[in-house]
Amino acid sequence: MKVRIKFAKCGAMVFIGHLDMMRYFQKAMRRAGIDISYSQGFNPHQIMSFAAPLGVGLCSNGEYMDIQVESATTSEQMRQALNAVMVEGVEVLSVKRLPDDAQNAMASVAAAGYTVRFREGHEPPFDVREAFEAFREKQQILITKKTKKGEKELDIAPSIYEMRLTDDGIYLLVDASSAGNIKPGLVIQALYEQNQTQLGEFDLLITREDTYVAREEDGKVVYLPLDAIGEDI
Amino acid sequence: MRKLALSDEILLKIDKPARYIGGEVNSVMKDNEDVDIRFCMCFPDVYEIGMSHLGIQILYDMLNRLEGVWCERVYSPWMDLDPIMRKERIPLFALESQEPIKSFDFIGITLQYEMCYTNILQVLDLGQIPLHASERSEEDPIIIGGGPCSYNPEPIAEFFDLFYIGEGEKQYENLLKLYRKCRSEGASRSEFLKQAGCLPGIYCPQFYEVTYKEDGTIGDFVPTVPGMPQTILKEIEMDVTNTYYPKKPVVPFIKVTQDRVVLEIQRGCIRGCRFCQAGQLYRPVRERDVEMLKEYAVDMLKNTGHEEISLSSLSSSDYSHLPELIDFLIDECNKKKINISLPSLRIDAFSLDVMSKVQDVRKSSLTFAPEAGTQRLRNVINKGLTEEVILNGAREAFRGGWSRVKLYFMLGLPTETEQDMRGIAELSNEIAKVYYDTVPKEERKGKVQIVTSTSFFIPKPFTPFQWARMCTKEEFIEKAYVVKSAILEQLNQKSIKYNWHEADVSVLEGVLARGDRRVAGVIERAYRKGCMFDSWSEYFHNDRWLDSFAECGVDIDFYTTRERGLDEVFPWDFIDCGVTKDFLKREWKNAHEESVTPNCKMNCQGCGAARFGGGICFEKRDG
Ligand code: SF4
Repeated sequence: MKVRIKFAKCGAMVFIGHLDMMRYFQKAMRRAGIDISYSQGFNPHQIMSFAAPLGVGLCSNGEYMDIQVESATTSEQMRQALNAVMVEGVEVLSVKRLPDDAQNAMASVAAAGYTVRFREGHEPPFDVREAFEAFREKQQILITKKTKKGEKELDIAPSIYEMRLTDDGIYLLVDASSAGNIKPGLVIQALYEQNQTQLGEFDLLITREDTYVAREEDGKVVYLPLDAIGEDI
Repeated sequence: MRKLALSDEILLKIDKPARYIGGEVNSVMKDNEDVDIRFCMCFPDVYEIGMSHLGIQILYDMLNRLEGVWCERVYSPWMDLDPIMRKERIPLFALESQEPIKSFDFIGITLQYEMCYTNILQVLDLGQIPLHASERSEEDPIIIGGGPCSYNPEPIAEFFDLFYIGEGEKQYENLLKLYRKCRSEGASRSEFLKQAGCLPGIYCPQFYEVTYKEDGTIGDFVPTVPGMPQTILKEIEMDVTNTYYPKKPVVPFIKVTQDRVVLEIQRGCIRGCRFCQAGQLYRPVRERDVEMLKEYAVDMLKNTGHEEISLSSLSSSDYSHLPELIDFLIDECNKKKINISLPSLRIDAFSLDVMSKVQDVRKSSLTFAPEAGTQRLRNVINKGLTEEVILNGAREAFRGGWSRVKLYFMLGLPTETEQDMRGIAELSNEIAKVYYDTVPKEERKGKVQIVTSTSFFIPKPFTPFQWARMCTKEEFIEKAYVVKSAILEQLNQKSIKYNWHEADVSVLEGVLARGDRRVAGVIERAYRKGCMFDSWSEYFHNDRWLDSFAECGVDIDFYTTRERGLDEVFPWDFIDCGVTKDFLKREWKNAHEESVTPNCKMNCQGCGAARFGGGICFEKRDG
């Protein structure tokens, strides 16, 4: 049975990198007594895959991983069993059964939503509200991206699906697919450049709010959280 | 949510920030309201090394079980963070509370190897705690050292308020009780130390004075305060079954050296190899009850979620219930898809069978530690491993599919001759020959791979070789060269890879191991010159050390190459580890006569450790 797990990561845990988070969850599965499936071979490993790697330093309210299990209790029991063995800063939010033909988490990711805040004492030297309105009107947002072959101009406007001011920051919904993934910092950097300033390395506090799949509904693309396609067990 | 001591900006700039944030699975948080003693355990090396150490996990668990006591952890900040903390004057902090260690009551520093001595100073310095015990005030924490190097604490004595000699399970509770009592009576730091120095196993160096003879050796070692004991007997836990052992060890977020459940099956070693310090310090052998081990294995795996379990002891093959324990583990671990790792097994039919069940034979290698190249020298060091046993073991293993062999030897052992050095090459060659003789051509997958490694022999306190002369750096290098050339002359030289250890660092380790109080100044000076992480070859600066010796007027040869007389008073003679100096002398003599001493299971040699009233000394012997 395929199971999708949604979790949040914050506090000190933002300093734990992606690979270590995988190791963390492998051990957590054993502590929680989840009947996870193993691969064959001399060194069997757990069947587990993560949706979209989260950079070090970022919080998230919507991380996902898929696991395969041999047996399951209920969604609620599994969620509680996992939360009983979590550390401060990681919380399991939902456990859902996936349809057998569901795409794996990584492949199904289309977009991610982020709230970007400015660190205390690192606020931009320009009026964000004013700058943001002008920025939003732009049809083209060109950035230079460093690649192996040198630098490349890139228009990221088509990859920004939504952009709005919130009470204490900027909300961004951007492409997070493996082909066109955009880092939220890149968008803010473009905003800074438009205002003739440079974004510092530590200016932003970024929270990933959720990770989404894309669905067509009535000819329109809608973005649904990754666990929307699962069902409670 | 805990507030971290380091800013996000710093944490994002340095390598592996997880080293400094605490909050790991099974780490212990307590409410400061319920706590009146704050204890910080320190392993003076980088997090990944320190977190792999079993002793700290045992003491951490034990101390946190005590009411009113909160034990936390601290490790050496790595070389990327160290300069930042100095520049920004950030006081070194404990992982759990993230509070400065200078505000603690105790800092317990485990001393596992001599090459971490400069890191002790780093921890104190970054902790903003005076380096010398004599400079500390009522507000400063009590700095207490323990672990194998505390059996010769003298080179670092001036940096410590107390040393704990022996196994931690026994005396910490009493020490903390005394601390509480002294505090409630308003006693001074010095008053507490005086009383602590009278507890069993506790050594308070500031209340002793050393005088030296004209030739530089020790004349006298005397307490300067009435009541201080003349000798300090090690503390030992005789009931290793009904004692503290952590069922919920801390599980690091990042990969550490020992990323697995560690099950200590016994303490001590019956073998009595004459170069080995651990083999003498931890006498007598005490085995843990096999039922207890089974229970702990299951619980520890469950509580940590580790995917591997490892048995720990100096010589696992000597554990009497090993087959039963391993059968149980194989059964249990197969069900749960857990790996078993079995270090320090003697290669024989039993262990080969077990290893073929728990590891991928094609990928794993066999390990032999003959330590010396000829039977004569193996008799000198009392390593009861014969060429026949090695070659038979190898033959069996090659039949079973193994084709990689690791061999460990020492260079510079007492009485060593060129023949012994060449013997290393010849034995390596013989093993390769056994492979080609045993495995038919069509079954071979390429060459047999033999990796022969030599380290340099360093005489250690409380061993029969504590009187031995140590070689110079030049002699060491010359010896490695002899081995290297001899290997090149062998028929199967293409199957043998030869590695040898750095000579500089061995010489320094030799000084620190058998050093006295006069060496402390050198350690401090080397630290001031920037020496830290000396056991990491990329950070070892021999030139700075040599300058420090010269500037302090301390002669390296006095501690290394000098011949020591049988009646010399050693800096560590005031410590009684159970094994008597007479026994060690006897063994030193036996070494020169190339005579082998039977192990504790065959025959008791009356080493002195029977006075602890238990363990192997009182077990029935077959035959
Ligand atoms: S007293 Fe005898 S049996 Fe006990 S440790 Fe010493 S030699 Fe071994």
